[in-house]
Amino acid sequence: MNDSYGVRHLQKHIWENHAFSHIFNADFLGFALMVIAGVALLTFVLVYGMVAVWAERKVAGHIQDRLGPMRVGWHGWLQSLADGVKLMLKEDIIPTMADKPLFILAPPLVFLAAFTAYAVLPFSSRAQLADLDIGVLYITAVTSLGVVGIIMAGWASNSKWPLYGAMRSAALVVSYGVPLGLSMLPVLMLSGSLSLQEIVGNQGGGILHWNLFQAFPFMPLAFLVFFISSLAETNRVPFDIAEAESELVGGYHTEYSGINFSLFFIAEYSAMLLSCGVAATLFLGGYLPPAFRTLGMMGLPRLLAWLALGLFLLWRFTSFWERRQFSEALFFAVLTLAGLLLWRTFPHLFWFLTKTGVLFLVMLWLRWTLPRLRIDQMMYMCWKVLTPLAFVNLFGTSLWWMWAN
Amino acid sequence: MTSSREFRSQEIYVNMGPQHPSTHGVLRLMLRTDGEIVSDVAPMIGYLHRCAEKYGESGTYQMMIPYTDRMDYLAGMNCNWAYCLAVEKLGNVVVPERAEYIRILVGELNRIASHLIAFGTYGLDLGAFTPFFYALDEREKILDLFEMVCGARLTYSYFRIGGVAADLPEGWVKRCHEFVDFFRKRIDEFNELLTYNYIFIRRTANIGVIPANMAVDYGCTGPVLRGSGVRRDTRVDEPYGLYPRLRFHIPIGMGEKGSVGDCWDRYMVRIREMEQSCDIIKQVLKSMPEKGDVRAKVPKAFKPPKGEVYVRSESSKGELGFYIISDGTERPYRVKARSPSLSNLCVLPAISDGMMIADLVATLGSLDIVMGEIDR
Repeated sequence: MNDSYGVRHLQKHIWENHAFSHIFNADFLGFALMVIAGVALLTFVLVYGMVAVWAERKVAGHIQDRLGPMRVGWHGWLQSLADGVKLMLKEDIIPTMADKPLFILAPPLVFLAAFTAYAVLPFSSRAQLADLDIGVLYITAVTSLGVVGIIMAGWASNSKWPLYGAMRSAALVVSYGVPLGLSMLPVLMLSGSLSLQEIVGNQGGGILHWNLFQAFPFMPLAFLVFFISSLAETNRVPFDIAEAESELVGGYHTEYSGINFSLFFIAEYSAMLLSCGVAATLFLGGYLPPAFRTLGMMGLPRLLAWLALGLFLLWRFTSFWERRQFSEALFFAVLTLAGLLLWRTFPHLFWFLTKTGVLFLVMLWLRWTLPRLRIDQMMYMCWKVLTPLAFVNLFGTSLWWMWAN
Repeated sequence: MTSSREFRSQEIYVNMGPQHPSTHGVLRLMLRTDGEIVSDVAPMIGYLHRCAEKYGESGTYQMMIPYTDRMDYLAGMNCNWAYCLAVEKLGNVVVPERAEYIRILVGELNRIASHLIAFGTYGLDLGAFTPFFYALDEREKILDLFEMVCGARLTYSYFRIGGVAADLPEGWVKRCHEFVDFFRKRIDEFNELLTYNYIFIRRTANIGVIPANMAVDYGCTGPVLRGSGVRRDTRVDEPYGLYPRLRFHIPIGMGEKGSVGDCWDRYMVRIREMEQSCDIIKQVLKSMPEKGDVRAKVPKAFKPPKGEVYVRSESSKGELGFYIISDGTERPYRVKARSPSLSNLCVLPAISDGMMIADLVATLGSLDIVMGEIDR
């Protein structure tokens, strides 16, 4: 009896003194909000990655005189979803001789490195999980964690080709981090801040105020070095030696299957979109519009009139409606509505995604055009071309800055 | 003494293949590697052995033809041709003129198709995906032409002892003309996309150099030998069919981007051979008789006189020869194929010392081997 009373008393005590007054306070609410925002961001990044995969396959298809995915949904726009479901339902094989804990831990770590950096990416002046005043450093630090996961994956697989892939990737990421960092410095010099919001804020006033067009020969050069280095950082062609399938079978993720493999996949595309986003933020004015004022100020009636004209032309000159394909209509409706809504309600987000998308398309274009470099040529390019170039560029920018001020 | 620790690296053995994306079939390469550097390469073959030569002994002379399709499955017409040449020489069969011209047409078309695969997969080996699709697109057009002619797209069995199976169908010549005219321009696009790409040149020039004397020593033939600067082509040196009537060049490697006999040279020889094949096809289409027999009268129970013969021909990969012994019956006593891919592959260990893994892949791709022909 005593005992039961004691327990009930304790419950009452906790209920009255802790549950509401101590746990459910402002701190907790803030934390809960942060968690909700984090989950929302995670969902966003996953969907973003899936759309990117679909876009890559479509772009590759059209570059190569074929159609790409066409079966799942209109022009295969749900293909990534179908693939995701397929991969989740697949058996998750862990090789017998693999180092199990490391093997399981590696894919989440790689994904985490790509995903965590999104926290400071300014999608708009408000849509940013945390405006750190060391934002640029944070991104550089967090993304370089990914290579640890890659080495873990290659080592834990206990297989030779993945090990080769991991070693190559490590060499690549560590080396190209140098020109990448050096090419960011001129931007920081112009903005005088490491906060991404301030860097974007400094580029306001239209396209000519973007960092890319400042300090004429220097900033475009910095952008070039940054873009090439970020290609290497994300293991993209022509620097995709880490997963060069014609040499290393599948690179560091040869032994992975199922959901773990898809984590690597999503991580790769998240990292690509991230580096495009960072490039857009640092050099292309981030979420700021390129000052097409008239377009932005267009009233709703006129907008609707244009839309009606567009639909009329579509109806008149295509067999679009006759085929009555539900998914096709849905896709167009969703895309148009989303684009319009985005542009009207979140112009910042719209411009950010557009700029990121353009850079992403350039990455795809390169991927499906160029052959791959050899590892020593890549090292040569990093240490003997890009790094000196970035140094000279830094020096030049400082001279320019001194002269301008 | 123990305080100074040496930094030691260990050599490891890696199996490249038999299931590997760039060993072009089921070739297995045993590599001894020190990091990225390959110190020893040992090709292991035999994964695609199908006893083709033994089959040849157990069937009649005609029954061997479909098996030759499956030797170099990328150039089935050329394999048919080589075998039929040998049997015809053995049995003293005279092939009608129109059949000879048709043979040259399909043979050269198949050479183009085979080189297109070599071009496309070489791009894949070096990480460029798109050329492969463009190459296959053109190859499909050639296969369409073959389908019109014999109904098959890969294993044709179009040749017969003393001619070909059937005459060209209506409209074929026109379509062939259209294809050749279109394809000549297409080659320039291929060159723009891949051949003169800076990265491509950096990856292939001065890589995997085979000096001329080494190529001869190892019995290399075809584009591999010509890439090393030796102007040798069975179609000219030991002509068969109606090749003496045609005018064409034999492209050789000249070390334009690096040194003579490097991967780029071998690759470029194939590209230029495609151009030459286009010229040959144009000449044939112009000078071919409109009508005529396409098949000499050969009895079903074909019994060549006793004896032995070795006949060589220029397949897309090099010198493809057939050695046949006849004991006077319906079945050959022995059929032996001399496949160019095998000799070309044999040179790989000799030139791959101290290469990087990526270069090994580039070199292997430039040899353009087909496992079906090596293992038979």
